[in-house]
Amino acid sequence: MTEQTYAPGTHPDLPPPSNTVGPIHWLQVNLFSNIPNTIVSLVAIYLLAISIPAAIDWLFLKATYVGETRNDCARDGACWAFIGERLQLFIYGFYPEAERWRVDLSAIMLAVAIAAVLWERMPARGWMLIYAAVYPFIAGWLLTGGMGLTPVDTNDFGGVMLTVVIGITGIAFSLPIGILLALGRQSNLPIIKYFSIGFIEFIRGVPLITLLFVASTMLSYFLPPGSNFDLLLRVLIMVTLFASAYMAEVIRGGLQALPKGQKEAADSLGLNYWQAMRLIILPQALTISIPGIVNTFIGLYKDTSLVIIIGLLDVLGVGRASVSDTAWVGLSTEVYLFVAVFFFITCFGMARYSLHLENKLHTGHKH
Amino acid sequence: MKLINKVFTGLAMTAMAAGAAQASTLDDVKAAGELKCVVTTGLAGFAAPNAAGKWEGFDVDFCRAVAAAVLGDGDKVKFVPSTGKTRFTLLNSGEGDILFRNTTETFSRDVDLKLTFLPVNYYDGQGFMVPTALGVASASELDGASVCIQTGTTTELNLADYFRSNGISYEPVPIETNEEAYTNYVAGRCDVYTTDASGLAATRAKFENPADHMVLPEIISKEPLGGAVRHGDDQWADIAKWVVNALIAAEEMGITSANVAELGAAAGNNPGINRMLGTEGSYGEMLGLDAAWAARAIAQGGNYGEIFDRNIGPDTPLGIARGLNAQWKDGGILYAAPLR
Repeated sequence: MTEQTYAPGTHPDLPPPSNTVGPIHWLQVNLFSNIPNTIVSLVAIYLLAISIPAAIDWLFLKATYVGETRNDCARDGACWAFIGERLQLFIYGFYPEAERWRVDLSAIMLAVAIAAVLWERMPARGWMLIYAAVYPFIAGWLLTGGMGLTPVDTNDFGGVMLTVVIGITGIAFSLPIGILLALGRQSNLPIIKYFSIGFIEFIRGVPLITLLFVASTMLSYFLPPGSNFDLLLRVLIMVTLFASAYMAEVIRGGLQALPKGQKEAADSLGLNYWQAMRLIILPQALTISIPGIVNTFIGLYKDTSLVIIIGLLDVLGVGRASVSDTAWVGLSTEVYLFVAVFFFITCFGMARYSLHLENKLHTGHKH
Repeated sequence: MKLINKVFTGLAMTAMAAGAAQASTLDDVKAAGELKCVVTTGLAGFAAPNAAGKWEGFDVDFCRAVAAAVLGDGDKVKFVPSTGKTRFTLLNSGEGDILFRNTTETFSRDVDLKLTFLPVNYYDGQGFMVPTALGVASASELDGASVCIQTGTTTELNLADYFRSNGISYEPVPIETNEEAYTNYVAGRCDVYTTDASGLAATRAKFENPADHMVLPEIISKEPLGGAVRHGDDQWADIAKWVVNALIAAEEMGITSANVAELGAAAGNNPGINRMLGTEGSYGEMLGLDAAWAARAIAQGGNYGEIFDRNIGPDTPLGIARGLNAQWKDGGILYAAPLR
C-alpha cells in the first residue's frame, strides 16, 4: 500500500462519509428520525400501499377505454369510453360541428397571444403585444361569426371552450379595470374616489351567483322590451366587473405597501401623475401584488363553473348533464374526475407561472 | 337556502308585471325563429344532451313537438337548462317561452307564481328507496332516518308533511340534483332517498345490483308533471296546451310518426283524425297556426306513446312501466280533451 502525499492545499475533495448521503440516510433523517415519526411513516406507507395499487387498478388497468354503452364497461374499473365518446361535447359544447375549426383557430391564436404576454424573449414582442391586445376582439368575431362568417349563437357555446372564454375575458379585462379602480380609490378627486369605493364595496358585498342571476333575468326588466342583449355578453360583463372589484383591492394592497417616499420622489423629479404611476408606482405595486393577482385569476377561473345556475353549460355543466345520459348511467365519478383534472391542470399552470414570476422578480425579498 | 328561495320567488313575482306587458309570445317566437324551452340541466330520460350535443329526452320531445307545430321544425329549439330554483324565474323573465322540466303542478305555482300549467304529461308520485339491508318494509318505520332530498322541490315539502302527520322524525340531507343524490345514497350518507317514483326508477337502474335496493310501497304524494307557460298570453297557452293534447290523443287514435303523413295527406273516414291533422275544419287557424300544426308535432317525435317508449319506457335503461300514464282505455288516467 502506497501512501499518497499531497502538497498543502492540493488535497482532492473526498466523498462525504457514507452514512450522511444516499437514500438510506435520507430515509433516516426524513422518515424514521424518532419513534413518533417512524410510526407516522409506517402508517402512511401502509395506507399508500393499499390505496395506490387499487387506484391504479381502477384508473388504468381495469378501466375500459372503448365502448358504446355502460354495459361495455367493466364494473370494477373506470369507464373512460364514456369520456372519450363525449370528448367533443366536453371541449366544444354545442358549437356547430362544421364551424369548430373557428374554435381551434381561436385557441391557437390564444396560445400565441398568451406566449406574447408571458414570454419576454418572444420575437418582435412589441407587435405581438399589440396583437395580444386586439386578440379578444378577433376571437369574439371568430367565435360568434358575422361579417363573412356564419353566425353562431352564444347559446351554443359550452364545455371547455365556454370556460376558457369566460375565464380569459374576465382575466384580460379585470386587470386594467382593477388597476383603474385601485388608483381611483386613492384619488384626491371626490367623484372618482367615491365612485370607486361605492363600486368596489357594492360588488364585493354581493355574491357572484346573485350578479349572474341579475344578469340572466333581471336585466330583461330594465332593458326596453324586445331588446335582446346576448346572455353570454351579460355574463362576461358581470364576471369581469366582479373580478375587477377584487383585483382593485389586491392592487390597493400593493400600492399601500409602497413607502410614501416613492410618490414624493417621483413628484420631486417633476413627473406628472400618470408618469409617476407608470414609471415608479405601478411597476413596484404590481410586482408586490403578483401572488394576490394570480390568486384572483385562479378564483375567477374556477368561479366560471357557477354559470350553470343561469343555464350556461361550462365544462362542469356539460359533465353534470352528461351523467344523465341513459346509455351511460352511474358514471359520475369518471366525469367529475375528468373535470377536476382539467381545472387542476389549468389552475396549477397559472400558479406555477406566478411562482416563476415571483422568483424572477425577487418579490419575496429573499436577499 | 330559504332566503335564496325567497329572493328567487320575489324575482319571479316581479316578472308578472313585465310578462303582462310583453307582446304576443307567438309573434316573438316566430320573429326569433326559435322556441326557447326551459329544461333541466340534465335528468336521465327526461332531458340531457347526447354525445353529439343534441338534447334528448321525454321533456325535450315535448319542446320539439311545440316547435314543430309553431315553427315547422322540431330542431328550432333553444334549450335553456335550469335548476329547480331558477326554472320559474327564467320562464317569467322571458328567458324561456315554455317550460318542460318535470315540474309538478301545484296551487302556489299556478296562482302565486303566475304560471299557466299545460295538461299533465306524466303522472308521478313521491316514493322512498332504501337499501334492502336496512330491513325496513314500510315508510312508517323510518323514524330517525337520514333522508336525501332535493331542495326547492315539492318533494321536500311532501316529505315534511308526511313525517309530521305520522309523528316520526327524520334528518334531511339536502342535495341539488338526482346525480348528487345517487352519489350520496351510494356512499351511505343517507339511509333513504326520496323523490318521484320515476326518479327512483332511474336511480335504481344505475345500481350494479338493483335487488339490493327496494322502493317502499308508500307513494306519499300526487305529482302531476306537466309543462307551463307564463300568465298573460292565453293564445300561447292554448297552443302549448293543444299540442300536448294532440300528442296524447294521437296515441289514442292510432296516429304515429310512421303513418301521420299518409293519414294527413287527404281526409279519411275518421272525422277525429281529419280534424286533428287539418284535413277537415280549421282548428289550426283558430290557434293562429296553420292546418298541419298537429301533423307536424306528431311527425316530429311521434305520439305520446312513442315519446314515452323511446325515452323512459320498459325498453330503456330506466324501464318505467306505463302504469298511471297509460291511456284511459288501457287502465291509465291519460285522458286528453277532445279536439273538436
